[in-house]
Amino acid sequence: MAHKWGLVVDLDRCTGCEACVVACHAENNVPTVGKDQAAIGRAMQWIRVERSWEGDFPNPKVRFQPVLCQQCDAAPCEAVCPTYASYHTEEGLNGQAYNRCIGTRFCANACPYTVRSFNFFNPSWQKPLNLQLNPDVSVRSVGIMEKCTFCVQRIKSAEIQAEAEKRDLKDGELTTACAQSCASKALVFGDLNDPNSEVSRLASSNRAAKLMGELGTKPNVTYLDRGAWQDAKNS
Amino acid sequence: MQKTVEQIEQDLQRPTGRTQRAAERIEQDLLRPIFTTSGKYKVAVAVSGLLVLAGVAAFGYQLYTGIGVWGINSPVFWAFDITNFVFWIGISHAGTLISAILRLCNATWRRPVTRCAEAITVFSIVIGGLIPLCHIGRPWLGYWLIPYPNQRGIWPNFRSPLLWDFFAILTYLTGSTTFLYLPTIPDFAAIRDASTGFRKKICRILSLGWQGTPRQWQRLEIAMHIMAIAIVPVAVSVHTIVSWDFSMTLVPMWHSTIFGPYFVTGAIFSGIAALILAMALLRHFLHLEQYLTPLHFNNLGKLLLTMSLLWFYFTFCERLTTWYGNTPDEMAVFWQSIRLHFAPLFWTMVICNLIIPVPILSMKRFRTITGTAIASSTIIVGMWIERFLIIVPALDHKFLPFSWGVYRPTWVEDTLMASSFGMMALLYLLFSKAVPMISIWEMKVGLQPHGGGIITTAPAIAEPHGLVLEGPLPTDVPE
Repeated sequence: MAHKWGLVVDLDRCTGCEACVVACHAENNVPTVGKDQAAIGRAMQWIRVERSWEGDFPNPKVRFQPVLCQQCDAAPCEAVCPTYASYHTEEGLNGQAYNRCIGTRFCANACPYTVRSFNFFNPSWQKPLNLQLNPDVSVRSVGIMEKCTFCVQRIKSAEIQAEAEKRDLKDGELTTACAQSCASKALVFGDLNDPNSEVSRLASSNRAAKLMGELGTKPNVTYLDRGAWQDAKNS
Repeated sequence: MQKTVEQIEQDLQRPTGRTQRAAERIEQDLLRPIFTTSGKYKVAVAVSGLLVLAGVAAFGYQLYTGIGVWGINSPVFWAFDITNFVFWIGISHAGTLISAILRLCNATWRRPVTRCAEAITVFSIVIGGLIPLCHIGRPWLGYWLIPYPNQRGIWPNFRSPLLWDFFAILTYLTGSTTFLYLPTIPDFAAIRDASTGFRKKICRILSLGWQGTPRQWQRLEIAMHIMAIAIVPVAVSVHTIVSWDFSMTLVPMWHSTIFGPYFVTGAIFSGIAALILAMALLRHFLHLEQYLTPLHFNNLGKLLLTMSLLWFYFTFCERLTTWYGNTPDEMAVFWQSIRLHFAPLFWTMVICNLIIPVPILSMKRFRTITGTAIASSTIIVGMWIERFLIIVPALDHKFLPFSWGVYRPTWVEDTLMASSFGMMALLYLLFSKAVPMISIWEMKVGLQPHGGGIITTAPAIAEPHGLVLEGPLPTDVPE
């Protein structure tokens, strides 16, 4: 059976440490743009941790929400790309063919989650970060749109390994860099088509919700939030 | 002084000597700007040429450094670039559409107006078409939008509104270039016969062996009729498709069913304003006072008034339904544009597009050449702001409040924008040196007596017979 990759973000577990962000930068060769560029809204992050406050001083409650590409089944970004640089893969991922991207930025405008990063300049890495680039991931040049791939290089490598050993992929055999680095296990990655996988189990939790699911984009990222569940129970 | 139709008919019942002289006079007046060059013309060419060079330099800098030299950011990925694109494609609705409709309605006052309108169309499509090429991240790969057979077997994505844009604009450019060129053929022949040397050679090629035989006149008439009918749906579809770049997405205040007709209305609105401005300038600098008369400005002024009210109607409908619907995502954008960050721009737009033009254009006393030109200038500004306000507030207040942003243009974007105006001026100036800005033969047709609609004989190169009488004549032709 084909895989359908999904991620669960447990907001009740997230501590906002941003280890996932660092791991993603390292794994996927995501460039850092520097203070000045970041200040004018050009920070490149495939996963970002959004902060919000509930309640007023002196007892505000801080909430964190990691936002990454939702890998939508009905993705608004894919239809609008004139060159098929954004496309749907057979395993349900929103693929991005860097070499095919001409940089119209239409996909980034169409994305309701604003999770696409654009290379406004050619990327550069401060020494010694330039020595740690991941050889499995291509480095993107100026004028190209990029975004979270669910660490497709890890998926492919695990699939090839499993195929060579003539066996099925086991749940937990592979995970994304963000999920791997999450100390509080707030991020769980896996195959939604496998009913026994941890991600399937969590995604069907009664704490589960989709980010702006009402837009009909059918995201494959699920958020778990006790607050929403309790509100629903009490009402 | 404007002659009435009766007076002209009376004149024409006399021996044709006077008509003959009027025809000669038309040819003289309209060919004069081509053969003489004033100092002002050279200055204008130099200034607009410099603007174009500045744009080329800015674009070169952008290519070398990266598109980050613009002010765009995340989430405002489109700003001045697409504003200018929509603006210029909008301006292009001046000519072809208006001229085609006036031709189809057989509005005889159109004769001195059509050529300069059609020229605006062609040049603003060229400019509008260049902007997307400059705006993409990797302009050297822009040809990937073309569905050409290639070894990789990759085709462009036919679901993308950008690809529809590509085809729509290409079709419109081809169509309106043809539409401009067809009625210019007899005039190229007239220039060919009046000139020597290099210009003669070029015009010989461009006039396609025009001799003014009845057969040729008939072919021309049929071809122009077909083009006039074909170009109207093309023009409407072009700006509808441009509007779909926005309305086919989920972005709040973009995802709207009204955008198609709203954009077409805005396009015709700004197009007529551009046409009136161009006509006022041509009239002044090429001394065409006897050809572009207050009548034309009055008629176009009425049309402009209609479009202004129609534009207001659409804007009102769009804003009212959004406000009444009261969805949080849309209201964030709504208040940004009318009450918060963009409010000064929004209300400037309303003043420029409605509050100034409507009183000027609705009173006959003010619907003069100066009056319509003033109204047109404010409308050009207002319509540019309108395009900006459609694009930027929606993008910088998209769904998730975390990712809201602010956009500020940089000098590169400012230069490119100024350069687009310079390019329009330059192309228009150069065109006025190559082609009479008022169609000579169509003006002469206006001298002919009523004689059915069919051309039977045509004695001279640029003197068709038997079309409908009317249109203004040079008033000081000697008796």
